Amino acid sequence: MAEGHPEAAARFVSDDARMHWHDQAVWWVRQKRDAASSTVPDWEALRAAASAIKRHTLSRLADYLEQFERNATALGAHVHWARDAAEHNAIVHGLLAARGVTKLVKSKSMLTEECKLNPYLEVRGIEVVDTDLGERIVQLAGEAPSHIVMPAIHHRKEEIGELFQIHLKTKPGAADPSYLTEAARHHLRDKFLAAGAGLTGVNFAIAETGGLVVCTNEGNADMGTSLPALHIACMGVEKLIPRERDLGVFLRLLARSATGQPVTAYSTHYQGPRAGGELHIVIVDNGRSAILGREALRGSLACIRCGACMNTCPVYRRSGGHSYRYTVPGPIGSILAPARDAAYASLPFASTLCGSCADVCPVRIDLHHQLLALRQDLARQKHVAWRKRLALRVAARVLAWPGLYRLAGWLARRVLPLVPRALLYVRWNAWGRQRELPVMPRDSFRAQLRRRRLT
Amino acid sequence: MTARDDILGRLRRAAPPACEPPTLDALGVTFPDPLAQLAAAMATVGGACVRVADRAAAEAAIAALPQVAAARQIVSLAPGLGHALPGTLDLAAIDDPHALASLDVAILPGTLAVAENAAVWIDGRVLLHRAVFVITDHLVLVVHARDVVHHMHQAYDRIADRPRGYGLFISGPSKTADIEQVLVVGAQGARTCTLIVIEDAAPAR
Repeated sequence: MAEGHPEAAARFVSDDARMHWHDQAVWWVRQKRDAASSTVPDWEALRAAASAIKRHTLSRLADYLEQFERNATALGAHVHWARDAAEHNAIVHGLLAARGVTKLVKSKSMLTEECKLNPYLEVRGIEVVDTDLGERIVQLAGEAPSHIVMPAIHHRKEEIGELFQIHLKTKPGAADPSYLTEAARHHLRDKFLAAGAGLTGVNFAIAETGGLVVCTNEGNADMGTSLPALHIACMGVEKLIPRERDLGVFLRLLARSATGQPVTAYSTHYQGPRAGGELHIVIVDNGRSAILGREALRGSLACIRCGACMNTCPVYRRSGGHSYRYTVPGPIGSILAPARDAAYASLPFASTLCGSCADVCPVRIDLHHQLLALRQDLARQKHVAWRKRLALRVAARVLAWPGLYRLAGWLARRVLPLVPRALLYVRWNAWGRQRELPVMPRDSFRAQLRRRRLT
Repeated sequence: MTARDDILGRLRRAAPPACEPPTLDALGVTFPDPLAQLAAAMATVGGACVRVADRAAAEAAIAALPQVAAARQIVSLAPGLGHALPGTLDLAAIDDPHALASLDVAILPGTLAVAENAAVWIDGRVLLHRAVFVITDHLVLVVHARDVVHHMHQAYDRIADRPRGYGLFISGPSKTADIEQVLVVGAQGARTCTLIVIEDAAPAR
């Protein structure tokens, strides 16, 4: 990949006003999450329980998948398995083609974004309509989602108004969110009524029952699965939970962490197909088993996709979701993407390692520790620029040798103040590009300490 | 090797050491007045809660709702409620859910309501067509006060022994904040959600 996060982020921050607007819009969601979680006295006990359920599930994931398959099949669902994106896409297309379906309505599924399902189906003559409002907006704009919960958070309402004017024939200049949402409601109603199949993601798959839970606020998954006769549900292997009552924990955490709501408007529990209909469940690996095998990273598979880590991340808020160039942006995406593909090697460095993400994560993923572990792996594999590696090697040597350290300090104090500014802030001074170098003190810390002790 | 066996084999080889699942018994918060909490939670999720003394009062409260008074098509699946309203459809006579596209009001019985978050459990067996709760413009849910639980853990205990099948929690009307974080109620599903809580002491169903 030619361009990494720093280059894409530089473009985003070049519009200072917009960057601050985005920062505030996302931070507002973080504040709603804080308000919601603080009303729950057993919040930390819930996080601990959620983390323990996921840890347990991952330790027996294959057993639980088999149990899920058995129970789902007994309920009349069909279970399919896909090693990778290509197999997933072929299975979905096969199901649609065999039934002559040419119009598909989709609710939010980051997995199908990851597998690039839409373009795969579109070139094969199938109309794919993303029905979550935010996803529909980015689909009409020809973009990827910039956030997993709020896919169009990077757009201003005026831009959405212009987009809808072209595609939905709304009034010129209209930018009122209520008006635009109403227009989308009518537009999407027509799509739901005409669809031959509905595809959903999966929030939770329950081994004990063979059931699936899909959570939405708009009700778009429910529209898409209750009108057409064919429901295809696509899930990564990590969506499993053992028991239905575990949902009590996750549903209390998910919406509060995501948007500050006490629960999503619709939490639909599917168990088998509806009368006269079909339910097909596609279970996808696509690199997840490899992540499970990496001890430092396997905790990332506990993610329930609430987006809280991005809402709190100072780097995400100021660089925007598209600068990550991966389906899942922010701290969790910065683990999942490079764990799968070294082309995303810049992402673990798109972090201050401040740990705010780990503090808000409802399943207590140690995100910043994992980002650090990835940096170490990537540096060992030479996926870090040689200049940075050289600088760090020099720094390590200087810090390891007291004499060298003292000499470097002396040079910095004596020489740097004499160097003309134009020479100091040259192109290769990456630090100085956005920052001022500190004012050099006259004396070293050691000298100051010695003087104070004597007087 | 099939994809299934391949994936399961890889997951088995990669599995971390076994660890036990947690007990969930200590979780959940109880409220001094769960009905008041339920009404407050319903308001925060954009719905409304109407508390009535008995079934006759519930019938009157439903008929008095402006969205019901203005409705041309109504479906009621709540036993003994709303069936005499003008415009009531017989859902059993409808084969294809697409025919529900102009439905104005659906009146549905809830198995239970959760005070913590205003989630109402709807058992799929009562629906006849799954579309009915989401395709309708307005939703009226009916629960008995004795079926109000404090939190989600109690809710899952209560529904644990139901026959296997479809069901869902509904908490308020359909909503979105996908355009500049402005909350808009009535995204794709119901535009309003009114919960009728019947506080009579009738024996449990």
